[in-house]
Amino acid sequence: MIRNRRFKGGEIPTGSMADIAFLLLVFFLVTTTIDTDKGLGIILPPAGDVEIEIKKKNILNCLINSQGKVLLDEEPTEVEQINRIVKKRLSKNPLLIVSVKAHPKTAYSDYVRVIDQLKIANAKKISIANSN
Amino acid sequence: MNFSRKTKISSEIPTSSMPDIIFMLLIFFMVTTVLREYSGLPVNIPKAEKIEKLKGKRHTAHIWISKEGLVSINDRLFAVQDVAKIMYEKRVSDPQLVVSLKADEEAKMELISSIHEELREADALKLNYSTKTLVR
Repeated sequence: MIRNRRFKGGEIPTGSMADIAFLLLVFFLVTTTIDTDKGLGIILPPAGDVEIEIKKKNILNCLINSQGKVLLDEEPTEVEQINRIVKKRLSKNPLLIVSVKAHPKTAYSDYVRVIDQLKIANAKKISIANSN
Repeated sequence: MNFSRKTKISSEIPTSSMPDIIFMLLIFFMVTTVLREYSGLPVNIPKAEKIEKLKGKRHTAHIWISKEGLVSINDRLFAVQDVAKIMYEKRVSDPQLVVSLKADEEAKMELISSIHEELREADALKLNYSTKTLVR
């Protein structure tokens, strides 16, 4: 008996190709983490000490000590309250400049919390004093 | 009379070009995603509420500051005094540069302040304190 093995054409089955490609696509979509950089934006003043005289009534002093406690114009203040007070002060005096001074040993997170509060209060003029 | 339609219209969506389309999509996504360039230092960045997004990674330079006070740029450790020099070079090659400061929560303000000074010296004035979104 002669087996009639006829060559039936060598084709790669392409029916499932789309599925495979989809699978790859989904895999890449899932594994790529889109981590956009986000944070609190701030513009630093240019180098060189240019002293600008500012009237005392236009300055709001904000001191942060090493424990993260905040002194807002000589008044001990809870961090969460800063935005409310600054907002109120800003509505009274739009020229207000908030001067943030942090102790050298202040933790960065406390400082960021204060800056965040100022951002919430929409304070555009923030002065950051050198801690050293 | 025979009213049957003579020409048969195929009602199937042609699927033979489907893999090509999907591959094209795949390649598009692979090309457009910017991979993380530098791994940086292990930092625990603080949380904040009023955050803004940075426009793309192409104009962003990162500075990592760990809680031990190490400063890393481009996966190399630098002394604080050298930050101005390297940032100036970056700033010259890309005038739209925004510096993203990835500092640890426990980093001390004296170091952050020195970095501020260095950045001012390098004329890289657009700074962004990298934070996570605060969920209340």
